[in-house]
Amino acid sequence: MGELRLMKGNEAVAEAAIRAGCDGYFGYPITPQSEVMEYLMVEKPHERTGMVVLQAESEVASINMLYGGAGTGKMVMTSSSSPGISLMQEGISYMAGAELPALLVNVVRGGPGLGTIQPSQADYFQAVKGGGHGDYKMIVLAPASVQEMCDFAKLGFELAFKYRTPVMILSDGAIGQMMEKVELFEPVPRRTEEEIITQCPWAATGKPKNRDHIIITSLDLDPAGQERVNLKLQAKYKMMEQNEIRYEEIKCEDAEYLFVAFGLSARICQKSIDLARANGIKVGLLRPITLFPFPNAQIAAMAKKVKGMLVVEMNAGQMIEDVRLAAGCSLKIEHYGRFGGIIPSPDEVVHALEQQIIGG
Amino acid sequence: MEEQFAKLDIRKDENIVYKRTDLLVDRPLSYCPGCGHGTAHRMLMEVLEEMGIQDKTIGISPVGCSVLAYDFMNIDMLGAAHGRAPALATAIKRMWPDRFVFTYQGDGDLAAIGTAETIHACNRGENFVIIFINNGIYGMTGGQMAPTTLPNMRSSTSPYGRDVVLMGHPIRITELIAQLPGTYYVTRQAVHTPNHVRKTKKALRKAFENTKLNTGISFVEIVSNCNSGWKMSPVQSNKWMEENMFPFYPLGDIKVDGKLVEKKEE
Repeated sequence: MGELRLMKGNEAVAEAAIRAGCDGYFGYPITPQSEVMEYLMVEKPHERTGMVVLQAESEVASINMLYGGAGTGKMVMTSSSSPGISLMQEGISYMAGAELPALLVNVVRGGPGLGTIQPSQADYFQAVKGGGHGDYKMIVLAPASVQEMCDFAKLGFELAFKYRTPVMILSDGAIGQMMEKVELFEPVPRRTEEEIITQCPWAATGKPKNRDHIIITSLDLDPAGQERVNLKLQAKYKMMEQNEIRYEEIKCEDAEYLFVAFGLSARICQKSIDLARANGIKVGLLRPITLFPFPNAQIAAMAKKVKGMLVVEMNAGQMIEDVRLAAGCSLKIEHYGRFGGIIPSPDEVVHALEQQIIGG
Repeated sequence: MEEQFAKLDIRKDENIVYKRTDLLVDRPLSYCPGCGHGTAHRMLMEVLEEMGIQDKTIGISPVGCSVLAYDFMNIDMLGAAHGRAPALATAIKRMWPDRFVFTYQGDGDLAAIGTAETIHACNRGENFVIIFINNGIYGMTGGQMAPTTLPNMRSSTSPYGRDVVLMGHPIRITELIAQLPGTYYVTRQAVHTPNHVRKTKKALRKAFENTKLNTGISFVEIVSNCNSGWKMSPVQSNKWMEENMFPFYPLGDIKVDGKLVEKKEE
């Protein structure tokens, strides 16, 4: 068993980054995720592993520092919260276009605008549908525990390099701030410069005599060339849909009704299941872990089995669009959400199930 | 004539006194005839070749006329988003400390949209080279007003001349960043005459040599022409540059070895 610690989600993702062999963290303070950089600064990862940690002048600078680092094959990450992630959208689009690997952590807070510093899931569309300009996607991982904040940091880096793509951990203010027991994985050494040059032949590391110079860019002024870039990206996203869908099913075997929820909402639904089943309502939970790629087939399969689905989100109804598309039938699928930083209670979720699905 | 030369067979290695550096890719430049970018590219690549650091150099091109600089410079390069080159360079240099890193940026890129990245990279004392081409106009997008467009100067978005009351003043960002403790070498040069070209090359060499000292930013501004954007012939534009740009953007060193150069009595 790995080392056990009691940690905040934000601390766990930071510790996991050091242990995963991350080369550089670049960020800017914003509530509710500032503990990520604070933890890193206290830990002195430059002494532990040689990892660079830098407080940038803005989120715009942070994401472009990631672009620079990733373009040279380094394992880089940033973290922020909703308004800061909005500022990064341009850079994320450039990274997707230039096919650069990086890990982004969004500890979501309520919006729109400056909104609130309390937890929310209202950035689902932004994370899953692209967010910035142009046709691109990134792999989006939705942790529901502090343990998953830790585990998904390592997984996120692996997927980022496997597909040369930005990967986002879509967390929220509660997962980031709450403390839970975490089992930490064994540290992986950072790659040497020679290993980076060998493993990332696409990276701009300095041109030796025996190879062509490398250009990292998302620009191709020739329409035919730019269409080829887009087709390549779309083929990559298809591969992700084939290989990387992750989800969790809880008490789905005998379920007559289904909650569909991710992250913190899924955590709440687990308690709601217990409450509902105590009253004889057979309800299960399907929790998408990857929000892109989305578990469409699993939703469709469940749609054939259950009498109705309640999509529970801390937003005004975002993932429900994907659930309805995936179900592709006339099944009753409704949304229950709270927003602005309000976390729904398990009771009110059960009540919503009874009112909107069972009785509705 | 050509036949005669062929017969004389003077084209031998030992007779070559000057040739294009191999660090420039052999393809036509995308710049307008008469523009200073080509000369600036060449001086930069000659310096890297003479220092023998092609394999240790990572460059960053901007958005603007020189967006395709990576097609002409035979080194590993990254194309940055508009204005963000110093952020890229910061991360690269910190994670590859033995590499030589430079940004090549225009005035809109460096002194308007990228002002924050420029100032903070300079203020942190990052150890890379910034090459700043200032021609007082947005060339690529078709001649709009730049942060460095002179008062009363015409552009497509100041068609009656830059009215400083309405449109603000041109910014001398080079003097501004020279005040920051993180800059080690700040100079302003030009590339429109052989004498100026020689001085620019010397400045670029010093800038890259400075990188080895890890003492902060070396910043080389090159005041250049934009004959297309200024609606002039190349010769006219160089004359106009001497008469109008140089008085506002005086050439010479502003900071050397971390110390501000004292102004000479005029």
